[in-house]
Amino acid sequence: MSSRTRLIFFLFPAGVLAAIFVWGCRDLPAVGDYRGPYGYVITQVTVPERHATDVVNAINYDYRGFDTLGEEFILFASVLGVLLLFRPSARIGGDRDKNGDDAQNRQVKIDDALPISDALRVTMQAFVGIMIVFGVYIATHGQLTPGGGFQGGVILASAPMVVYLSGNVWAFERIVSHPLIKLVECLGAGGYALIGMAGLLAGAHFLTNIIPLGKTGDLFSSGTIAVISVTVGLEVTGAFVLLMQTYLREIIEERLGQKS
Amino acid sequence: MLGHIPYFIAAWIFLWGLYGIVTSTNLVHQVVCLAVLQTSTYVLLLTIGYKLGGTAPIFADIPVGTVVVDPLVQALMLTDIVVEATVMALLLSMVVKANELAGTVDPDQLRIMTG
Repeated sequence: MSSRTRLIFFLFPAGVLAAIFVWGCRDLPAVGDYRGPYGYVITQVTVPERHATDVVNAINYDYRGFDTLGEEFILFASVLGVLLLFRPSARIGGDRDKNGDDAQNRQVKIDDALPISDALRVTMQAFVGIMIVFGVYIATHGQLTPGGGFQGGVILASAPMVVYLSGNVWAFERIVSHPLIKLVECLGAGGYALIGMAGLLAGAHFLTNIIPLGKTGDLFSSGTIAVISVTVGLEVTGAFVLLMQTYLREIIEERLGQKS
Repeated sequence: MLGHIPYFIAAWIFLWGLYGIVTSTNLVHQVVCLAVLQTSTYVLLLTIGYKLGGTAPIFADIPVGTVVVDPLVQALMLTDIVVEATVMALLLSMVVKANELAGTVDPDQLRIMTG
């Protein structure tokens, strides 16, 4: 099919779709005219029922907790997919140990491939600690203020990325290939399900909020919401670190391949 | 009709993303078009949940009962963004593999079949 025919085949249904959409939108309430009822109900009951002040996270990790569990496993499955596609044996002709590279030699080659300025190196390294503290803060305060596991996890996972950008590829490799990262990933994915199971063990439904709710506004309040937020944070950190590690390895291998 | 403009913007973004996917000649570009297409759902959800004069649904420093926007659609969006990021990572790694195996990133040239 030529690109011209394809465009015609696209434009006609797209026009129909747009027309039906505009027609369907006519009777929708205008923007700003929110009619509810679920938004009203949930904002009224969350603080008294769950002692959590961030309603969005209370929905994600409690009222809609089962859904989020499913979404977390989508995340897990995509990361598994990437790891599967880039598994070492699948790399065509990429047998890196064949060249007999020792670690030192390899490091020099990597440094060659990725030149970096001192200003960037120092600034980036200064940021690593701040980012880790900020990430932990965001992940643990999800039940109180905007944030939570997903956001905190992404910030935490960016910390090793900054180490990489500061030119210290070796330190980056050492951080991300630590066995703890895989443990974090598994704890994150399994922890959520286990907290759900705890509800069953206590004789209630799956993912019931069985932990004491505490005082509204405290760090240790809102029961399982806070705990699930932290496990999601671990899961997201593990997932993104594994993704970056896989991608960067691929890039470094390719650059080394071009050099030699 | 003026109050419905955000709905139309969502449809506009959706259709441009679809247009990009259909006419793309580069797989990386195609994945980015999918991301553009998905952005339309954020606009749509924000439109549905917005309440005139509403503030963020965080009751850390405002009393319960204050007018806030709908937190349900925000919760949906939040997970959507993270899942989108990882699904894009998966798609992009498929592109890398396709390039390795077929030597091209043009979807029209990807007609080889090997066992």
